[in-house]
Amino acid sequence: MSFDLTTVWVLIIAFAILAYVVMDGFDLGIGILFPTLPVGPERDHAMNAIAPVWDGNETWLVLGGGGLLAAFPLAYSIILPATYPPMIAMLLGLLFRGVAFEFRWRDPAHRPYWDAAFTLGSFVAAFSQGITLGAILQGIKVVNGAYAGGWLDWLSPFTVLTGVSLVLGYALLGSTWLIWKTAGSGQAHARRLAMRLAIGTVAAMAAVSIATPYLHYDYWRRWFSMPNVLFTAQVPLLVIITAAIFVWGLRRGAERLPFLMTLALFLLNFIGLGISMFPYLVPRAVTIWDAAAPPASQKFMLVGVAVIMPVIIAYTGWAYWVFRGKADTHGYH
Amino acid sequence: MAFDALHLARAQFAFTMSFHFIFPAFSIGLASYLAVLEGLWLKTSNTLYLDLFRYWVKIFAVVFGMGVVSGIVMSYQFGTNWSAYSNRAGPIIGPLMAYEVLTAFFLEAGFLGVMLFGMTKVGKGLHFFATCMVAFGTLVSATWIISVNSWMQTPAGFAVAANGQFVPADSWWPIIFSASFPYRLVHTVIAAYLTTALTVGGVGAWHLLKDKADPYARKMFSMAMWMAALVAPVQILAGDQHGLNTLEHQPIKVLAMEGDFDPSPDGAPLVLFGFPNERDATVHDRIAIPHVGSLILRHDAHAPLAGLTDYPRERWPPVPVVFWSFRIMVGLGLLMLSLGLWSLLARARKRLYDWRLLHRAALLMSPAGYIAVVAGWVTTEVGRQPYTVYGELLTADSLSPLAAPAIATSLVVFALVYFTVFGIGAGYIVRMMARLPTPQELEPPHIPQHAAGITPASAVDHMVPPAGVP
Repeated sequence: MSFDLTTVWVLIIAFAILAYVVMDGFDLGIGILFPTLPVGPERDHAMNAIAPVWDGNETWLVLGGGGLLAAFPLAYSIILPATYPPMIAMLLGLLFRGVAFEFRWRDPAHRPYWDAAFTLGSFVAAFSQGITLGAILQGIKVVNGAYAGGWLDWLSPFTVLTGVSLVLGYALLGSTWLIWKTAGSGQAHARRLAMRLAIGTVAAMAAVSIATPYLHYDYWRRWFSMPNVLFTAQVPLLVIITAAIFVWGLRRGAERLPFLMTLALFLLNFIGLGISMFPYLVPRAVTIWDAAAPPASQKFMLVGVAVIMPVIIAYTGWAYWVFRGKADTHGYH
Repeated sequence: MAFDALHLARAQFAFTMSFHFIFPAFSIGLASYLAVLEGLWLKTSNTLYLDLFRYWVKIFAVVFGMGVVSGIVMSYQFGTNWSAYSNRAGPIIGPLMAYEVLTAFFLEAGFLGVMLFGMTKVGKGLHFFATCMVAFGTLVSATWIISVNSWMQTPAGFAVAANGQFVPADSWWPIIFSASFPYRLVHTVIAAYLTTALTVGGVGAWHLLKDKADPYARKMFSMAMWMAALVAPVQILAGDQHGLNTLEHQPIKVLAMEGDFDPSPDGAPLVLFGFPNERDATVHDRIAIPHVGSLILRHDAHAPLAGLTDYPRERWPPVPVVFWSFRIMVGLGLLMLSLGLWSLLARARKRLYDWRLLHRAALLMSPAGYIAVVAGWVTTEVGRQPYTVYGELLTADSLSPLAAPAIATSLVVFALVYFTVFGIGAGYIVRMMARLPTPQELEPPHIPQHAAGITPASAVDHMVPPAGVP
């Protein structure tokens, strides 16, 4: 029973994190790309392309964090202190980004400042999230069920690489979202960006993928031992296929395909991450079962999630449906 | 000592929490006020109420957004700064906090957007329903988070597992409804209502000082003063009951609040003023009224009361902090009561709208609610020291394994960002308040609204074109 419940919670939290990464990813990506857009209509179109949905997207971050505390308190209490500086930087980045986004409209007299804060906040949040991911992957020193490292252990060439990778990946999501959601010169600009960013993202993914098995022998064994490799080899294969479709779609002038293929890339990354990590929440230290809260806690919260999560998903789906057209200076059509 | 990791972490939590608390303290009361205004408009068809509703709903949007932004930080602060606590108390407080978050999302996704942008899109009845649900939602959110806090103050219904975690013993009921929960909830919610009344009254008074004939300023001021006059006495009563409950479960906290170092076998005095000194275990330059302390706490002038010296020193909270924050809260509460009574006198003399001194006093008192709320929170939280889970888990054992420089750096950055961001936000709100409501007050501007979940279609149809300002 507790096995089932714990697995359900892993799936819920994994879903919340994936939902966050793909949905807030393109918001943050547009923030990162903002300085490359010329002042004027292109910027306004880009802002309007995310205006209706950006805040709902952040919902998943809180659900992921809150869910981790409630369902896996041990993992929450190890990961957060271990990644303290990037975690605080991410929170402040998101705070800045959020307020800047709103006050850009409320306080047009200082719009250049708000736009700069929007970009800075987006970049810091994205980079910090990438670093945090890398820090978890490279391993966290745990002694007696608590974090036992220093406050700069998270910083390494590998985590900087994952940080840069996520910034590139989010920027790619942002540019392909703009291809879908805008037209004219803004879309053409997004297309040019998307090709360069796709090359950068795939190169970064390759670098992370090559570096990961060298972090620890356990990763190596998971990916390359027989018969695992028959399954795991599908992941890089699918990445190549996805990338090929992406390039083909972009060249052909497709509007939605690049974004959907970028989503597929993120999903493949996520699966790769799962292969490397499962069943650990803190690699090689804490498994999902070690970290699980007692069934009474997981059950109690599951009731609320089972009622409210479908509502949030339905509402989110409805909102995306309503705003399915192109954005321009006057909002959506 | 003063700058070790523990104290820095506490300072950071207190800082981020105090900033956060200010916004819900206003938005909980304001949401209910908005429901009342809209209800009165529907009942009387007097458009004055509608204009006031639209005026305050715009302010509500900004305040609510700031509350959510600062709240996201809080949901991670438990793990970053108090990881040992998070691990040990997570199975109990995690689900309760998750329910708070889920309730808030539900409210955001469902009703806030309709309340802010939907007045011309949905029927009046449905819109009023949305407003009531927003008000109700803020109260449900408050209920969950107060439940978490109350459990930390008066823990119940738990067992300690082999790994040291607090886990639910069998039922969630004693955890959710712990001994101090009903008192704390009532006291906090009324505090939010009073805070809002004083703010609304202060804005009304400000405009009355400029134009005493303005109908909007009159209506705001009158409604707020009714609230202050009626609710301030109730709050003092609720505070008294809350204090008796605390005496029963956390006597040391009450003794620190009162400044009673020595036991009083023949009835405790009421210390009005003085300088508590923990080392000497005495209150220097004390001004006290004999027996009144026991009269308040035991409802009997000669009832014996323990003293702090009856308890080991390592269980004392920082006495001067608790002593002073309590006096600030009670002092402001008495001033609020006086303001309410003064307004009744002014009403009786038909001078409510032209007694300039009353208006100046109300304007001066407009931030009093926020100060009182933070002072009250400091009293109860610092008074809980040296524990995070009272009697069960020491604050010193709750801390994350972090180096002091890491926390010091983040504290400085938090301070810089918060003062900048929320300073600008507060300045913006004050500028909104400086303007009077007008007949045919406009709907909230259709701009991306933080915390409205997903900005509804009706908003973006009319999204203000972000004109080509560079």
